[in-house]
Amino acid sequence: MGFLGYPRADGSAGVRNHVAVVSTVVCANGVVDAIARAVPEVKTITHTEGCGRGPADVIVAVRTLAGVVRNPNVAAVLLVGLGCEFITREVLVSAIGACGKPVETISIQEEGGSLKAARRGAEIARGLVAQAAAVARQECGWEKLTLGLKCGGSDALSGVTANPLVGVAADWLVGQGGGVILSETTELIGTETVLARRAANPATAQRLTAMIRDQHARAKAALGSLAEMVISPGNMDGGLSNIREKALGGVVKGGSSPICKVVDYAEPPRTAGLVVMDAPGSDIFCLTAMAAGGAQIIVFTTGRGTPAGSPIAPVVKIASNSRLFAQMKDDMDVNAGRIADGATLADAGRELIDFVQRVASGEPTKAERNRNDLFAIHTTGPSF
Amino acid sequence: MGRNAIVIHPLDNVAVAVAAIPRGGDVVTDDASVPALEEIPASHKVALAAIEPGGRVVRYGETIGRAAVAIAPGQWVHTHNLLPEED
Repeated sequence: MGFLGYPRADGSAGVRNHVAVVSTVVCANGVVDAIARAVPEVKTITHTEGCGRGPADVIVAVRTLAGVVRNPNVAAVLLVGLGCEFITREVLVSAIGACGKPVETISIQEEGGSLKAARRGAEIARGLVAQAAAVARQECGWEKLTLGLKCGGSDALSGVTANPLVGVAADWLVGQGGGVILSETTELIGTETVLARRAANPATAQRLTAMIRDQHARAKAALGSLAEMVISPGNMDGGLSNIREKALGGVVKGGSSPICKVVDYAEPPRTAGLVVMDAPGSDIFCLTAMAAGGAQIIVFTTGRGTPAGSPIAPVVKIASNSRLFAQMKDDMDVNAGRIADGATLADAGRELIDFVQRVASGEPTKAERNRNDLFAIHTTGPSF
Repeated sequence: MGRNAIVIHPLDNVAVAVAAIPRGGDVVTDDASVPALEEIPASHKVALAAIEPGGRVVRYGETIGRAAVAIAPGQWVHTHNLLPEED
């Protein structure tokens, strides 16, 4: 048995049926927000990009926005541009390509300003919401699901309870023919040789090693001696002895499958199995990248407690300890702390898989209930 | 007595204490029990098997470092007796 998802024209399946209203440029954010006030059913994608950046950042921003539109959780989209920006609606439409879902566009300058654009946008959005509502959930196989993996605000139990628990679910989904995205390159420093050994082929091994070494070099260039704080005195007090041990505590989220591919920030894997995405560990940049890469659900472990969600992919929050689960129950979905309290990993794993199935079939996560819809595109260069 | 230490991978030769275990207390995993030779702080590692100097310390089924000195079952494993494994 699989999950009840929304079938898409390209053969994929959504676990949500979102109508997304997307800024092509930061200048359009106000109009996007106005459209959402008029049509609260939509999900907004606003950000700081679209103009005044170098080519490398433009490429990533276009890939990210196009990827979000193509995510199976999106049923239809309205792109809102200004008119004189670098990432115009035409640029985005061409990057999105043929995806078989309605993609409408408006330009604020062409509509004659913010109010008219918001009014026209709301009209279009209402039509898209009605169209999307006509799609019904149907039984889908697990091979249609891609799960993103994330940890943030970790504690000393994250690598003992919550991350190994996610590893159980990751192995299960790969066994069902689904896809899993492990990321957070910053957190992989120290595991180069381990991951290279797990790579499915020599090219992937080489790319993994290069990716982690580049990230280490960038961290050193940007942070100087602080780069070594990837393993902090607090981590050591918590029982982690070195950077590799800490990193392996994050990598264990990916389970034990071979790594079949490495993809860039926000790049869709286009393959089943375990894939590594080159995205920073910083929570929102990474959630955005995995949603843009096509992850329909993201499982997110935390020990300190973070509320972060995504407008596109439901984020399942897994507490590493029972104290956090009780204290932040409005933000936490699953209690991995019960493993420390005596439950077996296998029992907790079945519970997590069952919860993922319910979320895939429509049950909202706490981050969704709280509308913690956070979105930020990673940039590396200056603005101009 | 219930489990108070977790072994994450079958190849591991260390367990992680879920709460502090006093010296002389038992380190109890799903499959084994060894007396703690010294206090094991919460979320810290304890050896389940004898590890000779230079021997691999294994957690998550991977080598996380090498024993700097002989480590006996029930001993605390941390930076004082574990050398990082260089890539």
